[in-house]
Amino acid sequence: MSYIRIAKASWDGGLEKARKAYELIGPVPEKDSHKYAVLAAGQLPDMGFKSTKLSPKWVVFPQSEVMFEYTLDESKANHHILQEVPAAPGARAVIGIRPYDAKAIQLTKMNFDNKDYKDPFWLRNYERCTFVGLAINEPSSTDFSTSCGTGPFAEEGLDVLLVDAGDAFIAKVLTDKGKKFLSEAGFAEEAGADAAKAVEDLKAKAEAAITSKVSYNKIAGKTIMDLYDAPFWKDVLFGCINCGTCTYACPTCWCFDIQDEVKGTDGVRVRNWDSCMTGLFTHHASGHNPREHEWERTRQRFMHKLKYFVDKYDAGLMCVGCGRCVEQCPANIDIRTVCNTLNDF
Amino acid sequence: MADVALKIREIARELLDSEKVDVVIGFKKGTLPVMSEPTIIRKASDTKDLIWDATCRLNLCNYLTGRKDRIGIIAKGCDARNIVGHIVENKIKRDQLVIIGVPCTGMADKKVLSDLAGGEVTAYSEAGDQITVSGPAGEKTVSKADVLQSNCCTCIKRNPVIFDEMAGEPVEELSPDNRFADVEAIASMDAAAKWGYFEELLSGCTRCYACKNACPLCYCPTCFVDESRPQWVGKGTDPIDIRTYHFLRAYHCAGRCTDCGACEAACPMDIKMRAFTRKSIKDCVDNYGWETGMKEGVRPPLDTFKTDDPEAFIR
Ligand code: SF4
Ligand code: SF4
Ligand code: SF4
Ligand code: SF4
Ligand code: SF4
Repeated sequence: MSYIRIAKASWDGGLEKARKAYELIGPVPEKDSHKYAVLAAGQLPDMGFKSTKLSPKWVVFPQSEVMFEYTLDESKANHHILQEVPAAPGARAVIGIRPYDAKAIQLTKMNFDNKDYKDPFWLRNYERCTFVGLAINEPSSTDFSTSCGTGPFAEEGLDVLLVDAGDAFIAKVLTDKGKKFLSEAGFAEEAGADAAKAVEDLKAKAEAAITSKVSYNKIAGKTIMDLYDAPFWKDVLFGCINCGTCTYACPTCWCFDIQDEVKGTDGVRVRNWDSCMTGLFTHHASGHNPREHEWERTRQRFMHKLKYFVDKYDAGLMCVGCGRCVEQCPANIDIRTVCNTLNDF
Repeated sequence: MADVALKIREIARELLDSEKVDVVIGFKKGTLPVMSEPTIIRKASDTKDLIWDATCRLNLCNYLTGRKDRIGIIAKGCDARNIVGHIVENKIKRDQLVIIGVPCTGMADKKVLSDLAGGEVTAYSEAGDQITVSGPAGEKTVSKADVLQSNCCTCIKRNPVIFDEMAGEPVEELSPDNRFADVEAIASMDAAAKWGYFEELLSGCTRCYACKNACPLCYCPTCFVDESRPQWVGKGTDPIDIRTYHFLRAYHCAGRCTDCGACEAACPMDIKMRAFTRKSIKDCVDNYGWETGMKEGVRPPLDTFKTDDPEAFIR
């Protein structure tokens, strides 16, 4: 494993160089918080950010993505034919993605890229990306990522892991894609022999700062129907207003809804994020709704993340412990409490 | 507020013990320092979980819709006005309810608290009218009046208008100089500035719908945003669809909104969408002398018809 030292003084210049080969995406201030956005010419990421309300999952799975378009205007070529919207060209580098968000993309990959099904839209977005992660030196109190198979310095899904070491970033090169990014940016200074130790020390410190934990060791051993029919749901989920905040904020939520939108003679087929919290989610054309009541929809969220996924993929929870849903839920429904409740049931 | 919480528990216990109600709806302590969680209590022994403080932001009337059981409900000033609205609109029957009124001195704004703490709030406590928070900026103690949600600063009814029991002594009502200074400031902008203001206001809205789902007024079985035959509004992130959602929702709330602030407290993106409903509140006051939820049995202005209505605005 090689380590590169990037003096912060050379960071901006390096990104400018990298722009020749990549479209850059990174954290930028928005109102009082931060979001991941495509960086405009001259715009630099704010690498001192704490967290983002929304994850960068939109990079591979946009909130609204036009898949096909058509026109009924007979003066145009290919009228009356549904045509795939061509993929955007070129490579992209996602700078400052957090380790738990990179892991989340790997979890959703199981859904969009598997032996039965390959989602072309998701995959073409994914394949353009180089993930240049930023380790979390000071995790928030709602971060329970170390319980979820990831952590503040985890490497899965990343091409490079940057570690903020004061006046420099130490870049741990993880893949060939990562190596290419660093060389395009001109970051080539080998970090000294003590780099690995410095990273390990910061990692140990950050992991130790995470005191929030969940237990799910007993969930896989329980039958689905016992948990599904458990008597606690209505009361545990009482406060939930089915607002969907948690699913939109969640880096692992992957549900979508496909809609046609028409204006004049032109139309598009677009896929939008969906949420199991909404009344229309899986509402059948017959009028029957298998999740008719509010609490049943919320149960779907937790059963999906904590049981169905666990059983189907045998890859742990469908949660990376980022804590966004915990922080943003207006009713303070806390997945940690729900997870522990299931585990202890 | 500690004695109010004790009183709430005592009343709730009595109501459940004597089987006057099947359940009590209130708040319990949250898992985050600045949060509380709406809860349903079925057993007298669980009433010990009930709390009361300036984190009880959500509007509990929202949890009444469509219930058939006998309910004890904790109600601050605005919740009580929304309960009146629910009774007027036939969403709940008065005799199903035992309303445990709480004279309210306002709710603390989550965002203001985190600014005060310099980021994540790691501890929160209240003593009298003082609030103490800790965070990256250290420990800070302030007067609650300085960290109130904006709607609580212009509240016209802190003492519940309707109740069966009271969990505290009445508090003094506010008399703000100009309740609608914010609305007037927007109204005085020229068209371009106004447009810019609302563009900025709605930027960042993800249409998660926390605002409508936190609101007791939004109880339609199928919201217009979910209607698919016909489809009223697109479901993507097109700015026109986002605006359509907010404008239409605001109109649906006209003459019914109590300015409880639950919508804003619920918004994860800190969008101050009360800018829309505040205008309709002012218009209802100016045009019809109407304040929502003050009296049982009076239907809201956009729901009534008078033959002697001057209709001056269309002449
Ligand atoms: S769990 Fe919380 S964030 Fe999620 S839908 Fe329910 S109230 Fe909204
Ligand atoms: S369920 Fe919550 S904590 Fe887990 S990944 Fe999703 S938003 Fe993060
Ligand atoms: S079913 Fe719900 S919890 Fe599962 S991915 Fe879809 S929106 Fe997320
Ligand atoms: S709660 Fe906020 S982000 Fe969600 S739809 Fe309402 S205004 Fe938009
Ligand atoms: S619109 Fe907002 S302020 Fe008005 S009643 Fe609904 S939640 Fe309360």
